[in-house]
Amino acid sequence: MMKKNIASLIAGFIFALGLGLSGMTNADKVIGFLNLAGDWDPSLAFVMIGAIGVHVVLYRFILRRPSPLFHDTFHIPTSKDIDRDLVVGASLFGIGWGLGGYCPGPGLVSLSSGGVAAVTFVAFMLFGMFLHKLFIKRRTDAEVI
Amino acid sequence: MIESILYAILGGALIGLASSWFLYAKGRIAGISGIVGGLLGVWDSNSSWKLTFLIGLLLGGGLLVLMFPQAIVPPTGRSIYFVAAAGLLVGFGTRLGNGCTSGHGVCGLSRFSTRSLIATCTFMLTGFITATIMGVL
Repeated sequence: MMKKNIASLIAGFIFALGLGLSGMTNADKVIGFLNLAGDWDPSLAFVMIGAIGVHVVLYRFILRRPSPLFHDTFHIPTSKDIDRDLVVGASLFGIGWGLGGYCPGPGLVSLSSGGVAAVTFVAFMLFGMFLHKLFIKRRTDAEVI
Repeated sequence: MIESILYAILGGALIGLASSWFLYAKGRIAGISGIVGGLLGVWDSNSSWKLTFLIGLLLGGGLLVLMFPQAIVPPTGRSIYFVAAAGLLVGFGTRLGNGCTSGHGVCGLSRFSTRSLIATCTFMLTGFITATIMGVL
């Protein structure tokens, strides 16, 4: 139990350092990357290249193992549906990302700075996630009726 | 610019490594919005590792503040109302679309998921459009 939780903590810790080093926790830089009209800074495109470059290779080696280190089975998403929720959800997320310069990870990592923007962003992000829970519940209830 | 690109690749590689370690140790996709959103419900057998992942993120942020404080910069050109609206949209949108930059972007694209490819292209597109419109206004 303990090992599983520590493994998870280490993953979060390294993830945060990667986000910080890469420039993703610099919201001004993110906005400068997403704003094509200004003095465009394309460097953040290389974050994805670095991350996928490593993970695309290791992913394949890891999945050849019979099971993960601390659990019995791998939990890989199996859904293949390209539905409205996927596209609407991703669209809303992108609008928010372009508006504030934060995606979820960098917002949380930036909390440690105690900055007003990061605290506001995370508070409203959690509220948005909570609203989604209510929204799904209402929708499911409506279907049942 | 070159220095910025090198940091981006190095930081990105660390993100890829963290996602790989998470898959290797726990057999799961390191999707941050899913992990954090999952903590908002009733406490279950998966809540403790989600919480420690979040603590790890915050501790990493703490180390950055101490060792590399220039890495954390707020969106200086955006009013607090825009930041609040951004939070709402990111929170609701990532849950509805089942993932964010980490789950769909890094992990999903690495396993050649069509769903994640469509999600990533969509949020990149609306992100570019929004930031560009805000930049022009």
